[in-house]
Amino acid sequence: MSEIYRELTDLWERAVYLRDIKGEDWENISELVKVLEDLRRDFYERPSADLEKRLPGFQSRILELEDLAARTLTPYEVVRIVRHPQRFTLLDILENVYDRYTELGGEGEINIDPAVVVARAMISRRVGDKVYLHQVMVIGHEKGHGEEFREGGSAKPWGNEKALRYMKIAETEGIPIHFYIFTPGAYPIEDYPGAAQQIARNLYTMAKLKVPMVAFISEGGSGGAEAIGLADMRLMASRGYYSVISPEGAAAIEAKLKSGRPPRELVERCARNLRLTAEDNLRLGTIDRIVPEPPLGARRRDYAFFRRLRYEMIRATDEVVLQTRSLRTFRKYVLSRRNGSEVPEDFGIYVNWELSEDEKEILLENRSRKYREMSRWAICGRVSRLQSYLEKGQDLGTRMFHGLRHGIFRQSQKALRRMFEEFTQEGSAFLKPVTDPVKTVYNLVAGRKKKVPRIVSPIERIEEPEDIYVSPLALEDRTVTCPNAETHGCPDLWVPDLYGEFCGVCPNCGHHFPLEYQWYLNNIFDRGSIREFNEEISSGNPLNFEGYAEKLAEARKKTGRNSAMLTFEAKIGGISLIVAMLIADFRQGTVGVAEGEKFIRACDRARVTRRPFLALVHTTGGIRIHEGTLGVVQMPRCTLAAREYIDSGGLYIVVYDNNSYAGPVASFLGCSPYQFALRSTRLGFAGPRVILETTGQPVPPDYHSAENALRRGHIQGVWDRRELRLKLYEALLTMGGRNLYYR
Amino acid sequence: MGIDHRKINRLLQKLRSHPYCVYAIETPHTGYLRSFRVKEGSEVQPGEILFLLERERNLKPVKSRVSGRVQRLRQDLLDRFVEAGEPILEIWHPLSQEEVISEILQEALQVLRAPETARYLPSPEIEARLRKDGPGKALVHPGEDLLIMTFMKRETPIRHEGPPAVIYRVFFDPQEVVPAGNPLLGLCSPEEVPYIDRVLARIREEWPEQ
Repeated sequence: MSEIYRELTDLWERAVYLRDIKGEDWENISELVKVLEDLRRDFYERPSADLEKRLPGFQSRILELEDLAARTLTPYEVVRIVRHPQRFTLLDILENVYDRYTELGGEGEINIDPAVVVARAMISRRVGDKVYLHQVMVIGHEKGHGEEFREGGSAKPWGNEKALRYMKIAETEGIPIHFYIFTPGAYPIEDYPGAAQQIARNLYTMAKLKVPMVAFISEGGSGGAEAIGLADMRLMASRGYYSVISPEGAAAIEAKLKSGRPPRELVERCARNLRLTAEDNLRLGTIDRIVPEPPLGARRRDYAFFRRLRYEMIRATDEVVLQTRSLRTFRKYVLSRRNGSEVPEDFGIYVNWELSEDEKEILLENRSRKYREMSRWAICGRVSRLQSYLEKGQDLGTRMFHGLRHGIFRQSQKALRRMFEEFTQEGSAFLKPVTDPVKTVYNLVAGRKKKVPRIVSPIERIEEPEDIYVSPLALEDRTVTCPNAETHGCPDLWVPDLYGEFCGVCPNCGHHFPLEYQWYLNNIFDRGSIREFNEEISSGNPLNFEGYAEKLAEARKKTGRNSAMLTFEAKIGGISLIVAMLIADFRQGTVGVAEGEKFIRACDRARVTRRPFLALVHTTGGIRIHEGTLGVVQMPRCTLAAREYIDSGGLYIVVYDNNSYAGPVASFLGCSPYQFALRSTRLGFAGPRVILETTGQPVPPDYHSAENALRRGHIQGVWDRRELRLKLYEALLTMGGRNLYYR
Repeated sequence: MGIDHRKINRLLQKLRSHPYCVYAIETPHTGYLRSFRVKEGSEVQPGEILFLLERERNLKPVKSRVSGRVQRLRQDLLDRFVEAGEPILEIWHPLSQEEVISEILQEALQVLRAPETARYLPSPEIEARLRKDGPGKALVHPGEDLLIMTFMKRETPIRHEGPPAVIYRVFFDPQEVVPAGNPLLGLCSPEEVPYIDRVLARIREEWPEQ
């Protein structure tokens, strides 16, 4: 009797699961669910023989439906599978994949952030008669099976900070890290350490973490996923999704909805356009391998899947470790041959996961190479072959020239200068007691006064540009009202004055009116010093997102540019620097493959030529959703390049203006040690609407203001636009690493 | 200290006959009055746009700061040049029970105002008395410490000078900094308490609660 009831419950659960995935109108599934529900309810009132007779019929019907559902699965239905409460979670993995584990940093609700679970775990493999145990650090998101306090796996800033803390512990102990990504996105609040800033810190650290890292993605929601996603090997569940934004979010943006839910058809279309499935991501090169699941996704009791996952995690870690070894050929060959669906009982080979110092260096090089190559295929606007060769030659020449100039010659010059300085100082210390009395008597007799050298401050040294560029906005004879007029009593501002002499700043309250990016190009840098490079790299439509090509063409026509990122060499007060600038006019300064690649190349140029590097953000709206995960991977890619530049001893300064939100702030901008914002900047991770939808709490209007960002410690200072040139000049002189050419 | 009964009666009569606070809305500066967004007699809420004033091609909305009914709307000024300070309309704000009480209390009580911008705390004795007896009963004697003014860790006592008095109303929050000149306490002599209570009870009866 209980056997029949168990089978009936199982059938009912499968039917409910099908209904949740495919929708209530699909193949009369709701009716089937109702029939099974009635049978379960009246189970003890019906004769068991009758039920036993009907069960095979239900079984074959559900099997048939499951087969049909699997064959007709759409990307949005994959998203529903991932979000289903019956799907496996990290705690299921810890129970079934690892031999034993100890949860760290909290348990259940008693936790700094229940959405992030960290555990020290042991995973074993059998090779012949021997069993080998490996220690690993497991870090991931826990969605929970209907536990509200887990926030669906949305890590709060302090949850990501916890993850980072244990990553560092794993590095100290030299054990690999297994990341499990089960997040719809980071919890978008700015409280310290700040959603965006913490993700940026995580990426910055992971870029050079000296342990093998393997990530497994089930639900990869944009920035939240990247916070623990910069791994040496990225696996993905075959029914998982990895996307730049949720399909609903993309649909709301596409439909320009201010509130309410977007229509179902649009959500379906966006899910399709975003290319978020495992197959799509493998094709795009944003993941390395797919871990097969049952056709309708693995659930918490799919033990065969856990066995497979355990095997895949060990295999992936082995591969990462073997990449660093010189003696690896045969073991690599054995691993590469195992692509079948069978999971062997005997693993066959053993790889020690401990790395020597040299191997750690190779690991970092491999990681750098891997991320630099990622998404490079999608770059558009390639130049001719001849030009490409010429550019390569030029690059090589530049490298050699600067290597000689700042490497060999500079070092010997430095050593010589130091020696000379030592000699003169020693000599003057020896001679001073003898010469000083004579000098004093001579000055007294001759009536001369001792001259004290005057220290010249940078303010006096820097020259203002001779002719000031005036914004075209100033060519209008009218006045405007400052938004703070009511509270600060600001008088009306005459437009030619405001956009001319006042640099778009209210002289009474300091409110900054938005200005076009050309104003910065002309008024911040020395006149005629700007030399743009890599202009030909252009944004494309790698995902064939419907309607995006037209939008891009429109942006190109409007701006005359190929991407939202400008990279150029320029000078401020005679100091040469490399600048990467995101501009609002081109798709709201959003970042895609072209922008990411230009940023990386600018970083590299700054590193090779020993120039300071400035990221000037006119506006950025985040990662461009039309480029899907190819846009998201720009976060780790660019952060890695920025980290390599900073590690080489450069100076990386970020200056924000207008609106700076989401992915770029949560990666390559937020990782800078020197971040400044202009007074009227709005800086954060997500806008007020997303915060309200996610947290259910409205935020005050000044939540993202520069002052509040400074108060929370996200930036290092608030600057005035009128003093930007001077402030930058001061920063160039006072900050920075050892390797700058003028140091 | 002493209550001017006639003055309070006059104020009460005035409030009864005209239970509104009239806010005259004037032009903040010169300009052309381009359009009205409200009509004579319409109800407005704070933040609602009343009219648009244009100066040097800058169309500026003038908003209401209070709720109430629009009266004396100067339709004749539409599309005409107006000087600064020209009355355009009036907003008749119906006084709530609390507002009437506050107006009466300002007249009836002797109000102690903040001498400096600082945080104010009741002295321990007064705080104990207020907790025990409640406002309207706590008695203070001449020379007693009434409040402690604290600013940047510097504490200065404020003494009660004058005849014995009852603390009838506390106007400040000990957690917040009070700007100089803001009311702190409302005091009256013990004999006047029943009279003020009666006046307030009548107001509570007559004015509907909002």
